[in-house]
Amino acid sequence: MQKNIYLDYAATTPIDPRIKPKICSLLTKNFGNSASIHSCGQKAKLDLKKARKEIAGFLNCQEKEIIFTGSATESNNMALKGIAYANLDKGNHIIISNIEHPCIMNTKKWLETQGFSVSFLEVDSQGFVNPKDLENLIQANTILVSVMHVNNETGAIQPIEEIGKICKKYKIYFHTDATQSFGKININLKKTNIDLLTASSHKIYGPKGAGLLYVKKGVKIEPLLHGGEQEFGLRSGTINTFAIVGFSESVKILKKEMKIDFEKAKKIRQKISEKLKKIPNTTIISPENSIPNILNVSFNNIEGESVLMLLDQEGICVSTGSACSSKDLTQSHVLRAMKINPQVAQGSIRVSWGRFTSEKDINQFLDVLPKIVKKLRSYSPLK
Amino acid sequence: MKYNKKVLQHFQKPHNYGKIKNADGIGKVGNIVCGDVMYLYIKISKNSSGQDIIKDIKFETFGCTAAIATSSMITDLAKGKTIDQSLKMKGSDIVKKLGGLPPIKVHCSVLAYDALVEAIYNYLEKNKKEIPEKLKVKHQKLQKEKQIIEEKYQDWTDSQKNILDKNGKNNC
Repeated sequence: MQKNIYLDYAATTPIDPRIKPKICSLLTKNFGNSASIHSCGQKAKLDLKKARKEIAGFLNCQEKEIIFTGSATESNNMALKGIAYANLDKGNHIIISNIEHPCIMNTKKWLETQGFSVSFLEVDSQGFVNPKDLENLIQANTILVSVMHVNNETGAIQPIEEIGKICKKYKIYFHTDATQSFGKININLKKTNIDLLTASSHKIYGPKGAGLLYVKKGVKIEPLLHGGEQEFGLRSGTINTFAIVGFSESVKILKKEMKIDFEKAKKIRQKISEKLKKIPNTTIISPENSIPNILNVSFNNIEGESVLMLLDQEGICVSTGSACSSKDLTQSHVLRAMKINPQVAQGSIRVSWGRFTSEKDINQFLDVLPKIVKKLRSYSPLK
Repeated sequence: MKYNKKVLQHFQKPHNYGKIKNADGIGKVGNIVCGDVMYLYIKISKNSSGQDIIKDIKFETFGCTAAIATSSMITDLAKGKTIDQSLKMKGSDIVKKLGGLPPIKVHCSVLAYDALVEAIYNYLEKNKKEIPEKLKVKHQKLQKEKQIIEEKYQDWTDSQKNILDKNGKNNC
């Protein structure tokens, strides 16, 4: 079988081979339960402590402010539900953007069935929320604002500094889902007013099964899981040492290489953009102010799933937000929120790259792509 | 989405795609908002018994893997058949011939069959031939569905026009 060209880093990343030896030793040798008081358990406890310190250092926060979870989905669920239930005395109104990840969108739906009310902060045609709109949505009973840092479909970087300021002014908690931005662009928890932040290990070359929720000291939050009181009583369940240590090891690499990754991603983006400009009737959906490793692009008059499948036949993996590819045959809620014409939205694919993407991979992709677009257009009745 | 080998073969190398110039009948179905648009072109001639047969058939499809594969398959199935034989087919025949489709994609085969029905209707109507009652009913049903969708999205389409024009400027 030919080697896959993986251009779906926004979905997940491979584990950096440099962290493999460390995490492998945790599987069979240092496998202890960090809650056990014998030496085997204490070793695991120490590993966990080191991991927490590493990540707290990276985020410039206190160790006690990091709650390890199983995934970004869990962290986002905890942020919304945990804040909602811990602050019932203050109100029951939450504001989220209308381009959040499904794990926020569906948590919103569930919270509404539980008597909470949720308002949407809507994005413009470029996919950005406007902080000015936020002030109009804030009510006396608003307890939480949740706006993602970087959108997973378009890469658009949201103005979280301004949103943080507004939330501080109105004394409302601010949560940001930083799953796509953590480790890629700087997040300064000392400068930006963020009360809660979600990040995930498997988007930054760490293993799947580890996420985190940063909870600023003093924030009132309820746990989702009750049990052995791990993670300062906020997230019970045996510590997944293997994944968490892997997470911190990947952060350790980022401390040195974040800038290198960023510059590399930027160069690739430039190269892809240049080439796309030569394919007629192509719309770049990602705005200028985007993370450099994601590009959402649409080829008019053809359909995204078909592009994806033909690329896949060539061993190239990308993603699409087209209606035909979704479970319920509805168009991506992000592109709909941007009010992108269906004719354009249907032909969209998301290409995302990262640390292990080679120039050869990109050349191969850019060689194959125009041919595929041309082929599918030759089948299409829309001209 | 897990497609079988046969579906992928038809998708990668579809049979009979393109336009027929001076087609005797054209069936246009689907709506871009819903995802798929299919145009089916037919050329009619007579067999030795003097019956109308589909001598040539071609498709143009905007859509996903399943939409393209089912379009390709219906052209294979209908080619050489008499009109009566063609009308006796069903969407499920296409699925069967393709060795199955993911359940969520079965509607693509229905659309392909509808395109054939519409192409035949178009041919019979243009040539002032007798249209079987069943075909009339089916045609009216399809037209009504089309109208409902167009009305449903009319306001939306209008409101989008400005945005599309604006977005158009961003085209590369």
